[in-house]
Amino acid sequence: MAAEELPSQFDVVILGTGLTESVIAAALSRVGQNVLHLDRRNYYAGNWASFTFNGLLSWIEEYKNQQEVQITESEQVWRSLIDEGEDVVPLSSVDSSISNLEVFCYASEEEEKEEEAKGLLTSCQPMNAETVSEETAGDSTVTGDDATAADATTQNEEHKFSEPKEEQHTSDISEPSQSQEEKDSQPISSPADPPVEVEKKITYQKLVKEGRRFNIDLVSKLMYSRGALVDLLIKSNVSRYAEFKNIGRILTCRNGKVEQVPCSRADVFASKQLTVVEKRMLMKFLTFCLDFEQHPEEYKDYIEKPFRDFLKNKKLTENLQDFILHSIAMVTQQTLTEEGLKATQHFLRCLGRYGNTPFLFPLYGLGEIPQCFCRMCAVFGGIYCLRHSVQCLVVDKASNKVKAVIDTRGQKISCSHFVVEDSYIRDEQRRSTVYRQISRAVLITDRSVLPSESDQQISLVTIPPLESSAPAVRMVELCSSSMTCMPGTYLVHLTCSSSGTAQEDLAPVVSELFHVSTIPGEEPSEGAEERSKPAVLWVMYFNMRDTSALDSSSYSLPSNVHVCTGPDGSLGSDCSIKLAESVFQHILPDEEFCPPAPNPEDIIYDGDGPQAEGHGFEESVNTEAEEEGAAHEKSPSTESSEPAEMDSVTQQAPSDTTPSTEE
Amino acid sequence: MMHGRVKVKSTAQQEEEKRKEKEEKLKAFVTARDAVLKKRSAGEHDEEALQLTRQLLSSNPDFASLWNYRREVLLQLETSREKDEVQKLYESELHFIEACLKVNPKSYGCWHHRTWVNTRLSQPDWTRELGLCDRCLSLDERNFHCWDYRRVVVKESGVSVEQELQFTDRLIGSNFSNYSSWHYRSTLLPQLHPQPAPDSAPNTSPSPTTSPQAHSHRVCEEQLLKEYELAHNAFFTDPNDQSAWFYYRWLLGRAEREEMISCVYVSREGERVSVAFSKPVHAQSEGLMLVLDGQPQQVEWRSTHPRLRHSPVWLCDLPPGSISDISNEHNLTIHWTEKHTHRDCALYTGCAESWCRDSATDQELFRSELSVEKSSVLQAELQSCNQLLELEPQNKWCLLTIILLMRALDPLGHEKETLTHFQALKEVDPMRSSYYSDLCSKFLIENTILKMEYAEVRVFSLSNKNLTTLCHLDQLLFVTHINLSSNQLLRLPPQFAMLQCLEVLEADDNAIESLEGLYHLPKLEEVSLRNNQICKLSDLELLASCTKLTRLDLRGNPVHRTAHIESELSQLLPLVTALSL
Repeated sequence: MAAEELPSQFDVVILGTGLTESVIAAALSRVGQNVLHLDRRNYYAGNWASFTFNGLLSWIEEYKNQQEVQITESEQVWRSLIDEGEDVVPLSSVDSSISNLEVFCYASEEEEKEEEAKGLLTSCQPMNAETVSEETAGDSTVTGDDATAADATTQNEEHKFSEPKEEQHTSDISEPSQSQEEKDSQPISSPADPPVEVEKKITYQKLVKEGRRFNIDLVSKLMYSRGALVDLLIKSNVSRYAEFKNIGRILTCRNGKVEQVPCSRADVFASKQLTVVEKRMLMKFLTFCLDFEQHPEEYKDYIEKPFRDFLKNKKLTENLQDFILHSIAMVTQQTLTEEGLKATQHFLRCLGRYGNTPFLFPLYGLGEIPQCFCRMCAVFGGIYCLRHSVQCLVVDKASNKVKAVIDTRGQKISCSHFVVEDSYIRDEQRRSTVYRQISRAVLITDRSVLPSESDQQISLVTIPPLESSAPAVRMVELCSSSMTCMPGTYLVHLTCSSSGTAQEDLAPVVSELFHVSTIPGEEPSEGAEERSKPAVLWVMYFNMRDTSALDSSSYSLPSNVHVCTGPDGSLGSDCSIKLAESVFQHILPDEEFCPPAPNPEDIIYDGDGPQAEGHGFEESVNTEAEEEGAAHEKSPSTESSEPAEMDSVTQQAPSDTTPSTEE
Repeated sequence: MMHGRVKVKSTAQQEEEKRKEKEEKLKAFVTARDAVLKKRSAGEHDEEALQLTRQLLSSNPDFASLWNYRREVLLQLETSREKDEVQKLYESELHFIEACLKVNPKSYGCWHHRTWVNTRLSQPDWTRELGLCDRCLSLDERNFHCWDYRRVVVKESGVSVEQELQFTDRLIGSNFSNYSSWHYRSTLLPQLHPQPAPDSAPNTSPSPTTSPQAHSHRVCEEQLLKEYELAHNAFFTDPNDQSAWFYYRWLLGRAEREEMISCVYVSREGERVSVAFSKPVHAQSEGLMLVLDGQPQQVEWRSTHPRLRHSPVWLCDLPPGSISDISNEHNLTIHWTEKHTHRDCALYTGCAESWCRDSATDQELFRSELSVEKSSVLQAELQSCNQLLELEPQNKWCLLTIILLMRALDPLGHEKETLTHFQALKEVDPMRSSYYSDLCSKFLIENTILKMEYAEVRVFSLSNKNLTTLCHLDQLLFVTHINLSSNQLLRLPPQFAMLQCLEVLEADDNAIESLEGLYHLPKLEEVSLRNNQICKLSDLELLASCTKLTRLDLRGNPVHRTAHIESELSQLLPLVTALSL
């Protein structure tokens, strides 16, 4: 059927919907390139994805199945499509970037009796249409994600205004597109009134039942408020598709005790653990770091030496040295002075832009961000297909360039560039198959590692190596108002560079900071030391391949194939954004990278007067989409319409998200 | 061809659209405004008026006349409505104001109107109002309109002082550079933690010998120590932030001197009485009464210089012949009826003059600037500041505070260090070097006065001290010789006329241009002004009022170039016999 066929020609075919690929897709589409964006998975964002609890359970299931299933390859299908003078580069159909996955559940398995009577939370509607689309939509489009992204407030302003409200904050700005009913029910379950929940024991059934409230990221990163990602979101106007929450505090763990790291001026002032002299020394040092390049005499003797030695030389107390090294610069014992100073400077420059810490976190999880860029790409005509991959590349022997791809349905689609995520590359095309790994743990806990006045803070916890040989661990504790976990729980992400399996690397830290019961549902005995630690309800360990160190020299591929490495182990996303920009520049050296998207009211639609603009565009795209059989992005004019209209759009959304292309 | 590329309106197109939009808005606004003003002058107070003003105010909340009109309308509607409806009317008014505040959170009209609306409500919802203030202040912590309104709300709703103190804790915690919060704190602490009353019974009849310092607005020591710590935390974190330093100086205490008559001087020659007060007063309106040998006298008080309408020193002439006989003894009492205080002075047989005063010990006179704290506390604070200075040798706030602490502790003992610190201050803060010079002059004069007190002499030397200004001249009422040579003085100010006993003035090697203060000094005989900047003959005219002046040295002044200077001067000052030009 014609509707199943994709157009046979694109400027660029992009395979994989991780952050780098999505940014490239948006950037190309924005300047008029014809983009086909594919992903073999049934969800967006690849290893950058966020899952509901249930979605994550399916993902785990899939991972386990993949280990067993032997992939059979059907070369015959594409053999016939290859012409004279063409060569073939097959792609991998198996994703082996995840390994050593282990899951443990400590929440009690027994049914709750009062549950139904309470009914407060269970009556809630699905969190958003996007989660629906993730689970049910097969070869779907971004369309469904409109639900999350309709608010066009820029991130800047959004923050300024919502920040002081703290508690109400998230419920205020949550889901502009939720139906009225959902909006009404939101405050009931909002973090403002968790006491009921906190008292209640959370069972596994409860986690499953409330699974939609979770948005569990595979990658744990924060956004530096002056990092490349935030700058790009603002510059490109993509920020309008997402909402953000400030990280409230930075914690560290010293001698088994969790304490707050004073990093902003207000923190230093309020800190009870520093003496006044330490306060002065710390502030003085930080002020120096802000423009350290201006005072080379201060550090020139230490350029070749570790940052740690420089800190010692500055007569900072051990206390302060630890804070700066582990929690502010977030570097290792071996990092050299200049790099340490630069890291400190970056941290400080990010402070205060949106709040008391340098970091932002996107509501509903990091997985939102690649989707925002996909959405931007779709607005400018990019075509999206999930559960749709590329079997092989067709290379022109003469020029040694890719001229087409053959997709998993056996269609030959020509293109002048091919962008692909690393995990689709076969070992034969690699010059080396030794990788760095990231160790990850995801925990659902019942309380914060450092309870404070507000139980709705996101905390970054930097954990110095427990033993000198062990890696430093970074932990992010998300509260329910970040829309990543159900009220009464915290979602905790641990990340470190691997020296063993994730469990070997991270389990010691988990048992240091949390109560891990031996029997599911067992309560720590009253009065015991364990009592003060949060209990782990559920934990997942896995390793993720870190390909960020690879570059074009690591692959033997045609020059118009651009490989995007997966997420790296660092806290920010600068590496992925920089890669996206360099790939873009490689493809279109003379075009601007992600110029600001125009305001919807400033867009001119062919042949239509300004009055009819919204309609005209939508219609024309609709027609095109029907012909091509690919669903499309909603027109930008619809997004910007008045709230009343927006609601009606949202109501239509579900029908848009169940496309006929499901296999 | 690149298809799919979105076409965007050009800047010119966008601007044209914006311009048109603006024009239309303006037209609509002007039309509505004219309609409203017409309605108001026609005395129409109806719903429509509310509707129209609402439209205008929502785009321009600063239109005061419209708020006034709204009040008129609301008062009118109030008379014809049920109680419930009136309540609803005002409730919606509050909502409307809130919307206007979002447009302009610093609109005088909005805040004023809000205060008014609350007075019309039988039971204003103060909790909501406090919440509104909190939200506004979290957006702009220095919005003084909101601070003002908040004060009204707190007062009306009876929020406890304790809660308010916690409120300042919170604000200071989020940004300690906000002086509004520190200042608010300083008004709350004395209410919440007042200093316990002193053990001694309150003075029923204040005598001049009791402590001249009033201990008002003080805070109990336990709380003070906590506050010192808070201030330390702030200025160690950011020593360049002035808010905490100002608060700190408030903590250290600025005691007010008790109001009293500090000195009475009487002289048989000229039968004149001079009275010095602890602060500048206006004698005619202070209810002064002079009793001589038990007889109230009708006297006319005059200040020492016509330019000083408020002055710490006042003079009067006794009736002729009342004390001129040196063989008589007299008792003089000055009553300051307004302040229920008085001072006696006895003039004994054989004495040409007499005075009565308190010894100007350091504690009483000059420490009031900083502190009434115990010296152990001050000593500890000085240590903290010195610790900070070691880390921040360039910090002006720290330097200045150390100087003040040293003065409070032991002005003479710390004189040398103080001078070094002043030197450092002038270097790190050259913009204010003149201020520091004047302050340093003041302290040096105070120190000299203290030394003089200990020596009990009437000769006062301030030569070669880099003085840039003169002060505390009221303390020098009975000084007979003053040496101001080799300083950087530019003038002898009107206050100089307080030196009623002055006989000899040496002020060589300054840059004096004006002699304003050499006015009616009854005993002045000799003036030396070598190497100064006196330019015109007219600058010397006032000297004629000093009737005993016989020796005048003007060498090295530009005035000697004036034509016929010698003859002009002898005409102006016929009594001067020794004139050096």
